[in-house]
Amino acid sequence: MAQIFHPAANPFARFSIFGAVFLAIGALWLTGAITRSAWFTRSNVARDQPVPFTHELHSGKLGLDCRYCHTSVEESPFAGLPPTQTCMNCHTQIWADAPMLEPVRQSWQTGRPIAWTRVYDLADFCAFDHSIHLRKGIGCSTCHGSVDRMPLMWQTVSLFMEWCLDCHRQPERFIRPREAVFRMDDEPPLDQPRIGRELVERYHVRPSTDCTTCHR
Amino acid sequence: MGSGPPVIEPSYTVATVTDKISSVVLTRRTPVGWIIGFSVALLLTMTFLTAVLTLFAAGIGIWGVNVPVAWGFAIINFVWWIGIGHAGTLISAILLLMQQKWRQSINRFAEAMTLFAVLCAAVFPLLHLGRPKFFYWLFPYPSLHGVPPQFRSPLVWDVFAVATYFTVSLLFWYVGLLPDLATFRDCAKRKLAKIVYGVLAMGWRGSAIHWHRYDTAYLLLAGLATPLVVSVHTVVSFDFATSILPGWHTTLFPPYFVAGAIYSGFAMVLVLAIPLRAAYGLEGLITPRHLDNMAKIMLATGLIVDYGYVMEAFFAWYSGNEAERFMMINRMIGPYAPAFWATIACNGLAILALWFPRVRRNVPALFGIALLVLVGMWLERFFIVLTSLHRDFLPSSWGMYYPTIWDWATFAGTIGLFFTLLFLFIRFLPLISMFEVRALVEPKT
Repeated sequence: MAQIFHPAANPFARFSIFGAVFLAIGALWLTGAITRSAWFTRSNVARDQPVPFTHELHSGKLGLDCRYCHTSVEESPFAGLPPTQTCMNCHTQIWADAPMLEPVRQSWQTGRPIAWTRVYDLADFCAFDHSIHLRKGIGCSTCHGSVDRMPLMWQTVSLFMEWCLDCHRQPERFIRPREAVFRMDDEPPLDQPRIGRELVERYHVRPSTDCTTCHR
Repeated sequence: MGSGPPVIEPSYTVATVTDKISSVVLTRRTPVGWIIGFSVALLLTMTFLTAVLTLFAAGIGIWGVNVPVAWGFAIINFVWWIGIGHAGTLISAILLLMQQKWRQSINRFAEAMTLFAVLCAAVFPLLHLGRPKFFYWLFPYPSLHGVPPQFRSPLVWDVFAVATYFTVSLLFWYVGLLPDLATFRDCAKRKLAKIVYGVLAMGWRGSAIHWHRYDTAYLLLAGLATPLVVSVHTVVSFDFATSILPGWHTTLFPPYFVAGAIYSGFAMVLVLAIPLRAAYGLEGLITPRHLDNMAKIMLATGLIVDYGYVMEAFFAWYSGNEAERFMMINRMIGPYAPAFWATIACNGLAILALWFPRVRRNVPALFGIALLVLVGMWLERFFIVLTSLHRDFLPSSWGMYYPTIWDWATFAGTIGLFFTLLFLFIRFLPLISMFEVRALVEPKT
């Protein structure tokens, strides 16, 4: 029986050796790229809520302070979701009959809280504390983005552990003065390298990267 | 091992060597023995799959491991299998560099044995992880955690040692196969076989330039593989030696483990070679001289292992350390003492028969001793792992380890997996290196 493969087929064999290496590396790179993409992490996707509450209006245009609703953010691990009463402080007067706010009035009458959809849903095995981050000069918008420009909320970061460690390893890149933590700009100022180091010094910021810091 | 009887039967010619070896795959009908053996092995492999799937579903609690014995069968079997692989690498790399021509009849299936044994070994630490689906966290890749693997942990060293070992062994085996695959491509009668072997041969034509490059590549790979004979089992022994447990924390472990690995590996080569040569009538290619040489290596490495046993006992006494002394006494008369004395019987006494040339020439006796060595080496790992763990410094934390049915099923399953792969290899690839044996043929005058 004659040979099936012509010598001209040899380059394929040679190519397959190198090809296999590139294919393996390419597949690994692709997996990494896909897992980190916004499509996979669902960051940058606005989440539906029972009531289309808009931070853009309340925080941005009306200028409500973050703490008006998220009252426990400075003292406790959990920033706090406002009770329906907080909404009704104003909405008994303004937009009192708006159909959009029907679930809010419902909740107020029945006493059953509104079931908001969590946007920043950290895994249950991670212990995160809002208060210590604020006290050490990490602003809201560093993690939550410029919520004053968000009609509905979305995740602006991946929430992967590498993202946590990014800051824990180099806090000087993100730290700001304590009095500025509620400011809504997500871009650090131009002289951040200098201020950053100064603030890390002043606030004694020594973020731990031990496993048990967050996984208790 | 220099002079002596010819390496292969003098009646063989270049053509009959090729015919003899290639007929096993290409022309002869599949023997009934192969079908029966393969079926049994496949059945055991299915047992293995069942055991592994149950483990994935139910978790590691189905095994007998628990505090204080967190390392049970998984680690015993891991060390046993990876040790067996070492003979293949020694035969292919070190004996090649030492120009031991007799290696050429046995290197091919010994290398296959290495590959399959390493596969069986690698399964165990992964299953033992508890969360096997995250095994890839052990590799240093740009992970989403942003944390590299813990390089101070011997588990991570194992990953590197075993992964390197497998890669180099695979390359070595495949490069060695190329000329023979080309022969198969040229001899095959059926179109499918021609295509498959043709693709695998990667365009080998046997030109002078091919052979020139082949020799260089093979020598380079042998050079790469040589340190692995020593390094892999050294790293495995570090799993134990870097701990502070009595009986493990000793500088003796690396050489002791390496010798034990080669020892058990040659036992496995003998256990495979003796039935194979009888079944396929290869007595003229794997001759009594091969068996004799392998028995000698087994004896030499076995005596090093025995020296290890003696030194372990000596240093336990000489250290003056209470915990070390207790460990040794507990090993000899404690609950796991039968494993210890059985090991001494297999590795210490049985192999002494190999001093006699008559025993080395007696094929059934050699087969029996090789089996005993495999059992002995398994039991050795059994008592090393268990006696140190089950009674350490604090009597309040002492406990016992009893393997469960799933421990046994997983272990028996890997034996099935090993033999399944081996049967497939025998059926579809040349089990003896044809072109290397052709070089051994005495020129006819």
